[in-house]
Amino acid sequence: MTQFLSLLLNGLSLGAIYALIALGFAIIFKASEVVNFCHGSMLLFGAYVIARASDTMSFWLAVILGIAATAGLGLLIERVLINRLRGAPVISLAIATIGVDVLLATELTRRIGSDIPNVPHPWGADNFRLGDIGISTNRAVAMLVAAVLIAVFFATFKYSSWGVAMRAAAEDGETAALMGIRLGRVSATAWVVGGALAAVAGLFLVGAPTPGVSPNLNAIALRAFPAAILGGLDSTGGALVGGLIIGVAESMASGYQDQLLFLGRGFGDVVPYVVMLAVLLVRPSGLFGTRELTRV
Amino acid sequence: MSSGRLRTRIALGVLLVVLLIAPLYLQEFWLRTGFAVAAAAVGAIGLNLLVGTTGQLSLAHAFFLAVGAVTYAYVSGKPGGIATQVDGLGWPPLIGMVLGVLVAGLAGVLFSPVAARLRGIYLGVASLGLVFIGQHLLNTWTAVTGGFNGRTTPKFSLFGFQFSDSHPPLYVLNVEYGESERLWYLGLALTVGAYVIARNLLRSRPGRALQTLRDSEVAAAVMGVNVQGYKARVFLVSSMYAGLAGVLYALSIGSIAPESFALDLSILYLAMIVLGGLGSVTGAVLGAAFVSALPLVFQQYADSLPLVSEPGQGGMTAGQAARLLYGAAIIAVVLFEPAGLVGLGRRFRRTGRQPAARPSDPSPSNAPAQGSST
Repeated sequence: MTQFLSLLLNGLSLGAIYALIALGFAIIFKASEVVNFCHGSMLLFGAYVIARASDTMSFWLAVILGIAATAGLGLLIERVLINRLRGAPVISLAIATIGVDVLLATELTRRIGSDIPNVPHPWGADNFRLGDIGISTNRAVAMLVAAVLIAVFFATFKYSSWGVAMRAAAEDGETAALMGIRLGRVSATAWVVGGALAAVAGLFLVGAPTPGVSPNLNAIALRAFPAAILGGLDSTGGALVGGLIIGVAESMASGYQDQLLFLGRGFGDVVPYVVMLAVLLVRPSGLFGTRELTRV
Repeated sequence: MSSGRLRTRIALGVLLVVLLIAPLYLQEFWLRTGFAVAAAAVGAIGLNLLVGTTGQLSLAHAFFLAVGAVTYAYVSGKPGGIATQVDGLGWPPLIGMVLGVLVAGLAGVLFSPVAARLRGIYLGVASLGLVFIGQHLLNTWTAVTGGFNGRTTPKFSLFGFQFSDSHPPLYVLNVEYGESERLWYLGLALTVGAYVIARNLLRSRPGRALQTLRDSEVAAAVMGVNVQGYKARVFLVSSMYAGLAGVLYALSIGSIAPESFALDLSILYLAMIVLGGLGSVTGAVLGAAFVSALPLVFQQYADSLPLVSEPGQGGMTAGQAARLLYGAAIIAVVLFEPAGLVGLGRRFRRTGRQPAARPSDPSPSNAPAQGSST
């Protein structure tokens, strides 16, 4: 039972990080209809900037710099690439982001090389105990921060004029534009927010229990894709639920590895994709995604 | 037949002859590169049918290549192994190749209940899942795949004629035909076959149906196209192409290991068809040649290239330089010339002639990748 609870808690904390990534992914999709395949690389970029910057400045400054840099990167991609391709088929847009991903991942991997830069989290690599259940302090902080960020995000999304503009743009871009909503600005904001969220997620993904900034981070961040998809790409609530489901499933599969040995070692790494395929088989638009209706 | 088409045919004929006599003159490096290009071309043609022609974004190509390659290695390989013990049936390589294609097709059919129901981008991410599941299988199903270290690919042979340096020794015009020369012809024959089949498929009734599917699923359904059926079938065809490409790829690199079939490979294939031109069979071949030969050529001429250096010397490795180049090329193509290299060629030809009154090329395979937003 203790093991179960501890796995559950760890899964939820991992899921909270995934939810941050998936949320960014989902709003970018909502606002600009782009499936952002370079999201993982953006996260890696954020983590890398934080790690490198913290060599020369205080941790908090480095974090702010990293978040700002990643948000700026998002803005750059949106302005230079996505904005010019408005109206292009979804696949072309996705392929363009794959091109960006190739560039970013190659360059970052080259810069990181074989050493793994560490981020000096002030909360260290200790464990935090709640009765019998243990969780790394890093993950506990991650859970708190993610909860706050997600709450703020949903409130903004619901009440601020940006949130209303964004929902209107996602509902029907053309009508929204006629109502005076500046689609370009909505989409640019979404990329900035998505980039910032990715950088925050990256900050926690490079702390205990995972090692520092390794190129492998890209693959870990990629597991937030199934989270976004199984929740429903155009649903922000779905991204949250999807993230938590994926996090818990992954943590359980790794924790009960010995009982699941017939599935092979390291099955935890593929569980997100297995869960996603199973959900998509039943609900092709994810759990909370709007079903596409076609009228003739 | 218009003079333009006649000219194209003559050009193709000349090209074929050149390729046929090339092994007499080319060095081994170029022959090896040629075979790698052939493997990539077959796979790219298959992926282009799916992504370019039908508009179904798939990142699962690496998985289907792996299925083909593993099947070939298992069916034709011998049991044994040095570090890890592997099984194998030891059947003739031709049977292994055919089974590789069929099993990859079967994997495509098994995936099609998911694939046929998913729309556009959902399929893209769902297919991502297959690659990771494939990686897991490659790593853990040691008896068949050889696990983390992989297993060597059995050499190809055809009715006793081996595609190796001897058995039987072969000389043509006093040039020794070793393994790379023989594989060159194998690759050439299979690429031409794959090319012709895809061209014919696109000009047939199913081919038109697939293009209608890309432009609008609703319109296709209204015109009597069985949407789910065709989606499932194009997945089958595309994964069979991938299976054959996987076998050739395994022959080309000599062994199969999980890292050879990672997500990178899928992205590489996507890069090929985007650069070559979405929906164009010729484009797929051109893109395959560009993307798969680039790192090899960079490697070969690393000394004389600026910025590129040997691994571990701080500079860029040949692979990284090639990746940066084609990453930038993908972005440039999507931004400026959505029809890829083929479109570039067409534009070039158009400026040469008088401005055409109508889209002059009657082939159905040159669809613009953009502008068909529905």
